[in-house]
This record gives sequence, structure tokens and C-alpha cells, in this order.
Amino acid sequence: MDWRKWRVWQGLEYLGGISVLARDTGKAIVSSRWEWDLLSYQMDLLGVQSFSIVLITSVFIGMVLALQTAYALRSFGAKLYVGEAVTLSMTRELAPVLISLMVGGRVGAGITAEIGSMNVTEQIDALRALGANPVRKLVVPRLLAVAFTLPLLVLIADALGIFGGYLISTFQLQIAGRFYMSHVFRLLQFSDVFSGLGKTLFFALSITLIGCYNGMKASGGADGVGRATTFTVVLSSIVILISDFFLTKLFLAF
Amino acid sequence: METFIEYREVEKGFNNNRVLRGVDLTVAKGETLVILGGSGSGKSVLLKLTIGLLRADRGHILVAGQDVTHHTEEEWMAVRHRISYMFQWGALFDSMSVYDNVAFPLREHRACDEPEVERRVSEKLALVGLSTAKDLYPSDLSGGMRKRAALARSIVMEPDCILYDEPTSGLDPITADSINRLIRRTQRLLGVTSVVVTHDIQSMFRVADRLAFLYQGTMAFIGTPEEAKVSEHPVLRGFIEGRNPDENEP
Repeated sequence: MDWRKWRVWQGLEYLGGISVLARDTGKAIVSSRWEWDLLSYQMDLLGVQSFSIVLITSVFIGMVLALQTAYALRSFGAKLYVGEAVTLSMTRELAPVLISLMVGGRVGAGITAEIGSMNVTEQIDALRALGANPVRKLVVPRLLAVAFTLPLLVLIADALGIFGGYLISTFQLQIAGRFYMSHVFRLLQFSDVFSGLGKTLFFALSITLIGCYNGMKASGGADGVGRATTFTVVLSSIVILISDFFLTKLFLAF
Repeated sequence: METFIEYREVEKGFNNNRVLRGVDLTVAKGETLVILGGSGSGKSVLLKLTIGLLRADRGHILVAGQDVTHHTEEEWMAVRHRISYMFQWGALFDSMSVYDNVAFPLREHRACDEPEVERRVSEKLALVGLSTAKDLYPSDLSGGMRKRAALARSIVMEPDCILYDEPTSGLDPITADSINRLIRRTQRLLGVTSVVVTHDIQSMFRVADRLAFLYQGTMAFIGTPEEAKVSEHPVLRGFIEGRNPDENEP
């Protein structure tokens, strides 16, 4: 087999493996009892502890967005519409994608490193040997934790981004705060927030499944775990960026 | 004697490397069988096939008369209740204390309430001499303590059979001897069937009722340790005498 066919074969094998993991995870979610203590631990670790990244990222994105849109709108004399531009950009696009990329990098890498280390030290085999289901013990709590917390973080990021725009509007662009906020609420639709959260849920599932699968397939000691972790960050970022395009097309169609 | 585990023409390979090439072996109920073989000879693979951590390519594996070769993961769960596995490096869960590691199978299977969990865990930790280490984490333990903790976790569900994967590897001779004594003691107290995979010849003589020598993917010798001492098989003789049969220089 030449190397091109080999790469295609490997790609298909990877896709098949991750699909099987998704199926097993779905089955475990509906058919077995949830591990609430593991779930709350993972929600804290993967969600709550990502808050500082979200805070910094979203406030600064909102501020930069206000500066850039004011600069672009100035030539049309439409500087006052900064609120609309920041709100739509944050809720529909920037908060879901950038927060998923930032949190995804942190969370995905952490998941692969932890599960990968467990795999190379036979702890996943030990789980199976002791009669426990590794998917239920390791994948389900992480998937549910990220699926619950990432949309919440994006929702918070929406608000913080708009707040960042507010800071720039009032202190630099001399737009009255009340005027800015009235423009924000006049324009903001439930569908804008919903389409962002819909995308985020898909990103959350992708990040976690990629992270868990790469961890479970890691082999070859510390070197193998390192390579698997890098692969998770690269692949989950690519999946977020490419699927964002198709999901945007999908949500715009409705 | 009643057979507990039976391997019939078992084959297993990885990519182009055929590790097991038709293993025939029976393990009698209540005995301690040692599988001896060189590094990479497939001893651990054979153990992993026995509880479904790996799947055989060909042949059949029978546990208590039942063919388990093509069991699904759910069906293996019942087998894993009866057979426990002690991993080479312990495979203790890093995130849990020794106590929680040993209690894990009881809690996972909801085998008993928490006071009973505590009683059983304390009993098994006392048996392996780790009562004072129950609050430590795996990273705080020495190699010997890890193996003891792993043994306590293996026996806490009171299985019918224990599979030991290199129980004395990486240990100094005195600690290795205490592990060997523990294996004998566990077998005597619980009446379990034991399969011990090792390349440590001292360990073999201390614990074995019978010996199986795995060489080039098949069982080259099956018999008692006394019979092994007078075996004509050159590689087995090399193992027992501690010399390489292919090198004759002093």
C-alpha cells in the first residue's frame, strides 16, 4: 500500500473509531446511572476553572471589536452603531468560536493528557478488569461537563464582550452608555444567541470526543501522550473552524 | 482434578508478529500455575486474553467450562467478577488513595454498604500489610507497596481466580520474597486458583504447583517444578541455570 492510500486508510480508521466512541458514549448516557460526583468534579475542573480565560478573552475581544468597528463606521458617519456591530459579532460568531478555541485548547489538551497517561499506565485496562466501563467512567462525565458548561461560558462571554464594547464606547468614543445599551437590546434577538449556543454545543461535543479518543489511543509512554495531546489541540481547532462555516450556513437557512 | 481455565489452540498476533501460535494449556481449580517465559514471549498477552482485555485471533478459551472466546464486553463483565487481574506495575488509580483504590470494585458493583466496604477493605489491607498506608496516594508508595495495594484490590471482591502479571518484577529480592509469600498465603486463605506470569525463576520455585514454559508461541514444557529441573529443553534449562544456551563462553 503506498503512503497516500495508507493515510486515507488511517483517516477512515480514525473517523470510524471516534464514531464508535460517540455511539458508546450516547448509549452509556441513556442506559446507565450518571456519576454525579464525577460530573460535578469535571464541571468544576473543565468549566468553572476556565472562567478566567473567558473573562480576559471576551472583555478584550469586545473592546477591540468596538475600536475596529468605530474606525470602519467613522467614514460612513455611523459610529453610533458600534453597539449593534459588537452585539451581533459577539453573539453570533466571535464568542462561540473564540471561546471554544481557547477553552477547547485548555480542556481538550487536559483530557487527552489525563486519559492518555491512564492508558499508558494500564489504568484503563484496570478499569475494565475491575468490571467498570471506561466510557461511562471517563468519557461521559467529561462530555456532559463540557456540554453543560461551554454554552454557559459562551453566554457569559456574550455579556462580557458587550460590556467590553460598552467600556470603549463610553470612555473613548464618547457614546452615552444608555444609548449604547438601548442599541444592544433593540437589535438583539433570541435567535442570535441561540445560533451561537447551538454551534457551541457542537464544538463542545467535538472537543471532548476528540480529546477522549486521542487519550484512549495514546501509546508509547510520555512521548506518545505528548503527541496525542498536540494532535488534540490541532484537530479540535481545525474541526471548530471548519464546522463553524457549515453550522453558520445551516443556522442562517432557518 | 476439575479444570478452571482451558486454552485450546489459542493464537494471537500484532501486525505481522505472531506472538501466540497455538497455546494448549489447562489450569486446575485451586492450583497455582506459573507461566514462565522470556521478555516479549507473550505471557502477559495470554493473561489479557483470559479476561478479555485482548481478543484471540484463533482458538478457544474456556472459563469454568464456558467458552468465553467471543464474549461481548458486557458478557466479559460476569467473567471479570470471577477472575481478577493484578497488573505488572499495579495500575492503581492515581487520583485515588490506597483505600479508595481497594474499595473501588466494591463501590462500582455496589457489592455492599459503606460499613461493609470499610470492613472488607481494612481486612484486605491488613492481609497485605498496608493498614497504615490506606490514606496514601499511589505516587507516595514504593514499588513493593504498590504491588501489595494492587493485590489487595485484586482480592477484595473474593474472586475464584487471580491472574498475576509479573508480580515480582522490579523488586529487590527481599521484597520479591514477601510478595511470593503473599501469593501463597492468599492462595491458602482464599483457596483461589492462581496463574502467575513471570520470568523470575526464584519466584517460580516459591509459588508454583505446576509450571508451563512458553517458548516461540507455544507451551514447550508443562509439568511440576521438580520435573522442570531435569528437563532436557535447552532454553528451559538455560532459564533454570541462569545462562544463555546460545553462548558457550565463560
